[in-house]
Amino acid sequence: MFRPGTGTAWGCVEMTRVDVARLPRQATRDAYGEALVAAGRADARVVALDADLSGSTKSQKFGALFPERFFNVGIAEQNMIGMAAGLAAAGKIPFASSFAIFVTGRAFEQVRQSVAYPGLPVRLVGSHSGVTVGQDGSSHQAIEDIALMRVLPHMTVLVPADGPSTRALVNESLSIEGPVYLRLGRPAVPVLYGEGGFAAPPFKAGGSVTLLAGRDATIVACGVMVAEAVTAAYRAEAIGLSVGVIDAYSVKPLDRDAVLAAARATGALVTAEEHSVIGGLGGAVAETVAEEYPVPVIRVGLLDRFGESGAPDELLKLCRLMADDILAAVRRAVAVKR
Amino acid sequence: MTDQRTKAAPHNQPGTPEERHARLAEAARQLRVEILRMTAQAGSGHPGGSLSSAEIIACLYFDVLRLDPARPSWPERDRFVLSKGHAAPVLYAALALRGFFPRELLATLRKTGSCLQGHPHMRTTPGVEVSTGSLGQGLSMACGLAAAARIDGAGWRTWCLLGDGETQEGQVWEAAEAAAHFRLDNLVALVDNNGLQIDGPVSQVMAVDQVPRWQSFGWRVLEADGHSIPDLLAAMQAALAGSGRPAVIVCRTTKGKGVSFMEGQADWHGKAPTPEQLARALEELGCSGQGPALPGGVSR
Repeated sequence: MFRPGTGTAWGCVEMTRVDVARLPRQATRDAYGEALVAAGRADARVVALDADLSGSTKSQKFGALFPERFFNVGIAEQNMIGMAAGLAAAGKIPFASSFAIFVTGRAFEQVRQSVAYPGLPVRLVGSHSGVTVGQDGSSHQAIEDIALMRVLPHMTVLVPADGPSTRALVNESLSIEGPVYLRLGRPAVPVLYGEGGFAAPPFKAGGSVTLLAGRDATIVACGVMVAEAVTAAYRAEAIGLSVGVIDAYSVKPLDRDAVLAAARATGALVTAEEHSVIGGLGGAVAETVAEEYPVPVIRVGLLDRFGESGAPDELLKLCRLMADDILAAVRRAVAVKR
Repeated sequence: MTDQRTKAAPHNQPGTPEERHARLAEAARQLRVEILRMTAQAGSGHPGGSLSSAEIIACLYFDVLRLDPARPSWPERDRFVLSKGHAAPVLYAALALRGFFPRELLATLRKTGSCLQGHPHMRTTPGVEVSTGSLGQGLSMACGLAAAARIDGAGWRTWCLLGDGETQEGQVWEAAEAAAHFRLDNLVALVDNNGLQIDGPVSQVMAVDQVPRWQSFGWRVLEADGHSIPDLLAAMQAALAGSGRPAVIVCRTTKGKGVSFMEGQADWHGKAPTPEQLARALEELGCSGQGPALPGGVSR
C-alpha cells in the first residue's frame, strides 16, 4: 500500500507495487449513477437533467427514485443547460448529464452565458469522453471538452480516474459554489483507489494525488490515463528511470503546488490525457511551469486529430495513448532535460 | 396557494379600473423617458425594442408581479426573465422606479464599473433574476425556474419576455416543447411582436407566424395589443388561470413606440439618440430634458 498523497505533500513512499492489471474494474459513469443517487438522498436540493441518454450516463437510477426531481428534456441539450441554470437560480443543485461532446460542445454558448457567466452551481456531467467511446466514432468522442470548459471563467473541471474518486468528487461538488464540469468515461477502468490499490485521500477541487514519487521525471495524468501512467512508471524502472505519477483529477483549478514541486524535484514532466494535447491538462501544466519553473513538458494525448471508430483498446493504441507511449514521452523528457 | 396569491393579486389594487390604467400608462411613459435618457447618456444601447416593451413591463412591474424591492431575494417573489436581454434599458428603468436601486444609477448604463451591464446580469443588478443577452436562452431558464417552483410546491410564477425575432433561435422551441411536456402552467411567456429585427422586417429576414407556432407546440395562446394597458392586464390575468399548459401572450407592438421618428424603424434597434434627438423625443413624451419625469415617480 501507499501513503496517501494530499496533493501538496511531495514524496510519497512506495511500499508495495499496485498490480493495475489485476484491479477490479468499474466505469466512472457507473460510479456516477450511484453517487448521484446518494447525493439525491443526502440533499433535497439535488435535481438531475438528461437529454435522452440517461441509460448511458446512468442518471436513470436517480430518475427512477426521484421522479419529481428529474427532467429528461429529450434530445435538446441547449434547453437542458438553460433549464439547469434556471433551477440553480432558484436554489437547486442541478446535475445535467449527456455525452461529453454534447454537454460541452453542442451547448457551449449556453454553458458560457447561462451558467458560467453568472457562476451558477450547475454540475455538467459529460460521460463518454475521449476515444474509448469506441465504435460510435469521432462524432461521439469528445477530445476537446476539457479545453472548452477550462477556458471558461468560474468553471471547475474535474476528471476522475476511477469509480471511488468519481463518487468522492460528486459528493465534494455539492459544496463547490460555482459551476463544475465532471468528465466521465464509457469503459470499465481499474479501481485505483481502495483495496489492492492506492489509499484514497480526500478529493477536492484544486487537489491532486501523488501516487508515485520519482527522481528523473513525473507523469501528470488524468482520467483513464492515470492507470496507464502508473504502468508506464513501473516499466521505466526496467530502463533505470525513477518516475513519479500524479493523478491531476482537478484540471481546473490545477494543483499548482504539486505540479511545481514535481518540476523542481524531477526536472521533467510528461502529461497524459485522453484529450487533445491542445488546451487540456497538458496545456494547463505547460502554462503553469512555463511561468513559474520552466522544465521540459512532453504532452501525451491526441495529436491535433479526431478519433475514429474501433475497439476502445485498439483506438488507444492507434492514438498513442498506451503506457508505452507515455514511457516513450518520459524518455524524451529526460533526454531534453539533459 | 390560491388564497395567498389573491391577497396580493394584481386586481386588488386600490382605485377604479380607470385610475389603475392611468397609473400604468403613466408608468409606461416614465419608463420611456428613462430609456431614452439612459441610452442617450450611454451613447449606445437598444431603444427600439425597449420602447416597444414599455406597457408590458409597466403592467408587470407596477401591477402584476409580486415583488418586494426591499428584499430582492424574497423567496416567494415572482420571477421575471428578460430573454430579449438587449431591452435591458426598460428593465433597469422599471427596477429603478420600483426602488430596487437608486434612479441615479441609470446614468451609469454601459459605463465601465457600472452595475448596469449592457445586457442584464444577475450578479451585478438587484432584481435581475438571470443573465441574458445571448438570444434564445431565457425561456429555457424560465422553464428551470418554473420547474423549481413546482418541485417546492411554491406559488410564485415565472414570466418571460421574448422578442419576435428572437424566436428564430431553435433553443426557444426546445424550451417551448419542454414547458408543454412538463405542463409548466406556472410559466407565462410574452412575445414583444414588433415585427422588426436588426436586418429589417422579421417577415423578410425569417418569418415566424407566432400564434400557430406556439399553438402547435401545445401552448395556450393569448393575444393582446401590447400598448393597451386594459388589453394586457386582461391577457395577463387570463394567462394565470392554470390549465395544465403554459401560456403565451403574443403582444402586437410597434418598435420605437412613443417617439414619432423611431416608430417602425429597424434602424433604431441598437442606436442611441443624439442630444438633439433626445430633446425632441422627451418633448413628445411631455417631459423636458432635465430632472425627474415626475416628482416622486410612480409606485404601486
